[in-house]
Amino acid sequence: MEFLGFRRSDGGVGTRNYVGVLSTVVCANEVTDRIARSVRGTAAFMHQQGCCQTPLDVTRVGEVLVGLGKNPNLAGVLLVSLGCESVVVEDVAAAIRSSGKRVESVTIQEAGGAANSVARGQLLAQELVAEASAMAPVPCPLSDLTLGLKCGSSDTTQGLFANPALGIASDLVVEAGGTSVLGEVTEFIGAEHILARHAREESVAARIVELVRRMEERAMAVGCDMRGGQPTGGNIKGGLTTIEEKSLGAIAKAGRAPIQAVYEYGQRPTATGLVVMDSPGREPEILTGLAAAGCTLIAFSTGRGAPQGFPFVPVVKITGNKATWETLRDHMDVYVGTIMDGTESLPAAGTRLFGDLVAFASGKLTKAEISGYTNSMDIYVVGPVI
Amino acid sequence: MDAIMLTGSDTVATALRDLAGGEVAAVGVLDETRRVAIREPIPFGHKFAVIPVRTGDLVLKYGEVIGRATRDIPLGAHAHVHNIESLRGRGDLATTGA
Repeated sequence: MEFLGFRRSDGGVGTRNYVGVLSTVVCANEVTDRIARSVRGTAAFMHQQGCCQTPLDVTRVGEVLVGLGKNPNLAGVLLVSLGCESVVVEDVAAAIRSSGKRVESVTIQEAGGAANSVARGQLLAQELVAEASAMAPVPCPLSDLTLGLKCGSSDTTQGLFANPALGIASDLVVEAGGTSVLGEVTEFIGAEHILARHAREESVAARIVELVRRMEERAMAVGCDMRGGQPTGGNIKGGLTTIEEKSLGAIAKAGRAPIQAVYEYGQRPTATGLVVMDSPGREPEILTGLAAAGCTLIAFSTGRGAPQGFPFVPVVKITGNKATWETLRDHMDVYVGTIMDGTESLPAAGTRLFGDLVAFASGKLTKAEISGYTNSMDIYVVGPVI
Repeated sequence: MDAIMLTGSDTVATALRDLAGGEVAAVGVLDETRRVAIREPIPFGHKFAVIPVRTGDLVLKYGEVIGRATRDIPLGAHAHVHNIESLRGRGDLATTGA
């Protein structure tokens, strides 16, 4: 099976062909938003980071911005900076340029304020879009696809239906030579022994267990029972009782493929097949992490109905909850509650979902793309604002 | 089928529709169906005990530990946050040395 993708000069293949307008710091979000809103064919990425953070986090933010800029769904990149922030825009630009893309930048303090920056940015973005529009999608093997896996606003239907179906679809992507990225380390807690058994080798298993230990210690350092935060109040209303139960259901979305390698947040996998990436479970941070890691399509299962997409990566919403499917039609893309009512077997639903994912990869629009519910993003940092 | 168990060793089942107290639920476990008398309303997606669970027992779903009973959970009773605690991410216990 093939999908229609956009081949980039560094070998990456995109499922979309946007010009990314990336804010390098929270202070540049307003200008970023105004430029992207006024130039068709662009996608804005805004966040709350980029300054007054520990050097570790400043480095993290820079690396994530580079990862986002290199994402194959972007044909070109416009960086918008304030000028005095910790993240060095020239370094980010140079690193993205190494992938062969055209990168432009606008700096608010140099351009003479927001109005001048918006005007300059619009003109640059228009040029970039004109260039991008000349690129046409071509049939590509599924080995060129990098799929991100995510579940959210969970209830017990996910562990039973949507995640096992997604696991089958993910296994089919991996069998075809593609890559699947599993994040949400918080939702490994209580299930890490199962993931460790799926690891390709002992060192990978040890890394998985270590990521979970690091995440659990972070949560425990505040001195509370994490229940209420994980699982969330909504998860509990949906019937999930403990993080262990949530995790055991969550990991089903990774299927049965062996785990090849473990990566840090936002790091681009060099291995193909199923891989693990460190990240929390919250949408703004994990969707950004998956996009920075080069995911060109994200499969997102939800029980109670999570609306978020991502600015330039299609996020496919999959639910096994009939009420959610019927009431949240402007957010849900694929229904697998057919498994529960017995009209479709789990393998059949998983295979159908795989076909749907290929269609979305080939340009079919997700509900989040159509409605533009894609803007509330952030970058996962580990230290304080200082 | 009114509810589902993922493995035969599970001590809780998940309701596939809202269940009322007093009804007998058909609980699917692999190819077999068990009957459990429901003691109290169980909302869709919530769990109930399929054997009597005692205080301190580990609670099993997917054949794996999902927590520990903080109270006795009679057969057919709602099994949730009021009678099951997590064993993980318990910063509250770590700081008191418990």
